[in-house]
Amino acid sequence: MIVLAELFPRGVNELFDWPVIFGKDTIIAFNKTAFMALVSTAICIGIFFVGSRKRRLVPVGIQNVAETGYEAVEKNISVEVMGAEGTKWTPFLATLFFFIFFMNIFEVIPPIQFPATSRFAIPLYLALQTWVIFIIVGFVKQGPFYIFKAITPPGVPKFLYLLVIPIELVSIFLIRPFSLAVRLFANMVAGHVLLTVFAVMCWELSKMNSGTYQLAFIPLPFFGLMAMVGFEILVALLQAYIFTILTAVYVGEAIHPEH
Amino acid sequence: MHFLMTLAALSGQFVSDDLKSGLAAVGYGLAAIGPGAGIGILVGQSVQAMARQPEMAGQVRTTMFLGIAFAEALALIGFVVIFIA
Repeated sequence: MIVLAELFPRGVNELFDWPVIFGKDTIIAFNKTAFMALVSTAICIGIFFVGSRKRRLVPVGIQNVAETGYEAVEKNISVEVMGAEGTKWTPFLATLFFFIFFMNIFEVIPPIQFPATSRFAIPLYLALQTWVIFIIVGFVKQGPFYIFKAITPPGVPKFLYLLVIPIELVSIFLIRPFSLAVRLFANMVAGHVLLTVFAVMCWELSKMNSGTYQLAFIPLPFFGLMAMVGFEILVALLQAYIFTILTAVYVGEAIHPEH
Repeated sequence: MHFLMTLAALSGQFVSDDLKSGLAAVGYGLAAIGPGAGIGILVGQSVQAMARQPEMAGQVRTTMFLGIAFAEALALIGFVVIFIA
């Protein structure tokens, strides 16, 4: 991390450790991460609350935004993955999608430019929540032998159970929540660091440390920065979508075991 | 065997910080080969599927994104390991 050594004396941690605003050293320590999570919650509640006040038959304005968003989640995620009975799970999935999306998108909005999901606690909590939900739903829908039924897939010859059972056990009950959390976390960390690196390059080139000719190279990291901002908007949307659709897939598998 | 154990024990003391960063970067480079190839194969097959049966394009596209997320997760775990070590 030699590129960032001058501006960021503590290395990459400087990009992610925010000073505590109040409640230092207690369990309710509040910093920018917690504040952005609360802002995302407020935006989600605001959109759906204001959008459902005047229920016009042909939606206009915020009602249109809320209805379009909710229908998009219902059509592309719930019904596609879980079938017709997936509509019962749409409120949960829509909440998850919009919460994660609004936290991710603040990575590219200028005054803030920090994705709250790049601190591991938030993706970890969401992944653990999905894990607990799909285990409980599995026990409710498939009876007390859910774990046994999940790790012995049908159509496997008996002698292969020695190999398949440990693989399925680790893959379904350990790797799934871990990879769900790390996927979201690592995407956001990587995006934040890349944006910082390109921006620092532009800044350092504009400081005229070694003559006027270095100014001519500024367009290179600048176009890189522009491209990365566009890419990060796509990644923010995509990662929220992937988290939600994987949650739907895992819960759907707990409801109906795969054929 | 004894030689390898001594080597491992000594390298903890004598590996400098620069060397650790360099090795971490090389490690990430190696870790990015697999997902790169995997995503390429995946998207290529899904383009072929969409060309064969255009009416299934939506479903194929959804499954493609799902597969890309799985493959990309491994590359990103490698990226995070740079900052751990």
